[in-house]
Amino acid sequence: MSFPWAKHYEPKQPLMRWLDEKLPLPRLVYGAIGAGYPVPRNLNYFWNFGVLAGLALVLQIVTGVTLAMHYASYSGGAFASVESIMRDVNAGWFLRYAHANGASMFLLVVYIHIGRGLYYGSYKAPREMVWLLGVVIFLLMMATAFMGYVLPWGQMSFWGAQVITGFFSAIPLVGESIRIWLLGGFAPDNAALNRFFSLHYLLPFVIAGVIILHIWALHIPGSNNPTGVDVKGEQDTVPFHPYYTAKDGVGVGVFALIFAALIFFSPNLLGHPDNYIEANPLSTPAHIVPEWYFLPFYAILKSFTADFILPAKLWGVLAMFGSILLLFFLPWLDTSPVRSANYRPKLRIFLVVLLADVLLLGYVGGAEASAKNVILGQIGAAYYFAHFLIILPWISRSEKPVELPNSITEAVLAKHGGTSPAHTALKTDDDLTTKPALAN
Amino acid sequence: MVRTISTLIGAAFVFVLALALFGTVKTAIQEPAAETVEQVFHQHPADIDLPSAGLFGKFDNRQVQRGFQVFKEVCSACHSLKYVTFRDLAKIGYTDPEIKAIASQWVIEQPSVNPDTGEPATRKNSPSDRFPSPFANDVAARAANNNALPPDLSLITKAREDGPNYVHALITGYGTAPAALKKEFPTFSTPPGLHYNPYFANLNIAMPPPLTADGQVTYTDGTAATKDQMARDVSAFLTWTAEPNLDARHAAGIAAIIFILIFVFLAWGAYQNVWRDIKH
Repeated sequence: MSFPWAKHYEPKQPLMRWLDEKLPLPRLVYGAIGAGYPVPRNLNYFWNFGVLAGLALVLQIVTGVTLAMHYASYSGGAFASVESIMRDVNAGWFLRYAHANGASMFLLVVYIHIGRGLYYGSYKAPREMVWLLGVVIFLLMMATAFMGYVLPWGQMSFWGAQVITGFFSAIPLVGESIRIWLLGGFAPDNAALNRFFSLHYLLPFVIAGVIILHIWALHIPGSNNPTGVDVKGEQDTVPFHPYYTAKDGVGVGVFALIFAALIFFSPNLLGHPDNYIEANPLSTPAHIVPEWYFLPFYAILKSFTADFILPAKLWGVLAMFGSILLLFFLPWLDTSPVRSANYRPKLRIFLVVLLADVLLLGYVGGAEASAKNVILGQIGAAYYFAHFLIILPWISRSEKPVELPNSITEAVLAKHGGTSPAHTALKTDDDLTTKPALAN
Repeated sequence: MVRTISTLIGAAFVFVLALALFGTVKTAIQEPAAETVEQVFHQHPADIDLPSAGLFGKFDNRQVQRGFQVFKEVCSACHSLKYVTFRDLAKIGYTDPEIKAIASQWVIEQPSVNPDTGEPATRKNSPSDRFPSPFANDVAARAANNNALPPDLSLITKAREDGPNYVHALITGYGTAPAALKKEFPTFSTPPGLHYNPYFANLNIAMPPPLTADGQVTYTDGTAATKDQMARDVSAFLTWTAEPNLDARHAAGIAAIIFILIFVFLAWGAYQNVWRDIKH
């Protein structure tokens, strides 16, 4: 494991000893998310969101597998089968609302998880692989969420599928043929619905596999922390269990509270009314909009309205995919040795602007295409690309970081020394009996 | 090297967006988009605050039953209710014998097959049947309704923005186009067979006013059947058809929230206890 002082699994019970000899699965869990994984002691609540994302995936798989037992992936009966789940299946309404809102909760916690990584520089060396696998998970999630939204076969399902699969027709020359081949027809129909259902069932398990790699890659350097300073010694860390399992418990509770409020009191808040109308290829909805979690990317797609060498549509599709794919290059675009934006005054300002920009794009993505909204979207999209591809690489060279603390423990003690001297006086001796930092 | 390439790619995207922005601004100045008649005269429904609305909302079964009567005597002449079964009526307080009677006396019968000849036939409804559609198919429905298709009403309050309020506002909102509209949009007209309704998306709806007079339905519970009351009641009924498990959902929700609050409280205590000696 990551640090030499990590505790080793010592089974006391004969049964566990026997199991550990034959198949050291408990040892693996102990080292991964148990007392055998030393974690920086100063993590804040933003570090809850990885666990919450994992929990959300498990909940999606459990509710999804159950729903699949009642769902009919047939274009003539899918909508009715969903209504039958809502009306006739025991607790079917709960399963479906939990699954539909669970997708929103999953994307929400993942967005906060990504934002945490961006702010605290978790994408930088030595955690590049953790970040790259994370972007892969995000892409898989987007594909899964999109295909899942098609399954109820409502109006937004159908027309969303029509728009998204239409991206392939932006490919020069062969685009239209590829689109028809992928859909199994000229428009989304039974063939496409069944493909989407099959993949929607498959991809979550692929995501689960990549999550294992993501956690594996994380455990080599260990977790980042709000100061971004490397762990120097044992005094900088606490074992994951019980310290962070306890803290994650609080996070899980708050997550469950928001999730339950959505399911039980406002289950259709994040949905679109048109998806309660059965798919009708002959009637186009007034506004085709994706789910909220795709709106910023949809705004980027819609912002490219001018032909320049390439047709506007192709620019839009390239930019939309580019806006996510550029995240793969982030570890090399940001060359500053300082990880946490807490110590990077310039980056901090630009990151706040980026957050506002993404929220603005989200608004534009869902709003009607008036001139004002298109202009806002075009400015917002320009900032998005400028931020990652121009601003970030240049400020990471010119920026003068604020002085970093020497160690995590020093930062923690400085924080407490500044705010509550009485408490510090009581505990300082204990904390300063630092064991010498062990050389790697 | 990375910086140079990324700056070039970034500049390319920003340049194309600037070009697009220039085009948008130019169009906006040269041909500013005129306001459409829908943008100016479309109205948002007023809040009718049904008992089922809100966190602790519960259906008022007497009101939902009145709404069912309005549906039965007025709406069901043209609109289907294909996801709802007769037996579902038990949830709004009808007894089994009542449901049997309602089903067997329903004017439209269930399509079936003559067991002797195999010819298409109909039979009386039973409680396990879904409400039969008033038309044999969409073509027949359009043919009887000036080429407009009356939508199925099972999910209508979830399939429209602000559904319960919308249903009430739409069926009480008929009228004639205001003078200001005719002045501002001289080209706007309500073609024959359509009806002006400011709550409908494009202001001209094919459905004729369904509620034409107070007392159109005679309520058995003595409630005065004003047009507004009938509209409220049918809106309550259609809220129930779209979300028949709302009562159970709200009740389970309150229990779940209390349970989770206790969990959060315990988890917070455990967190404080585990971390009591570690500064962080």
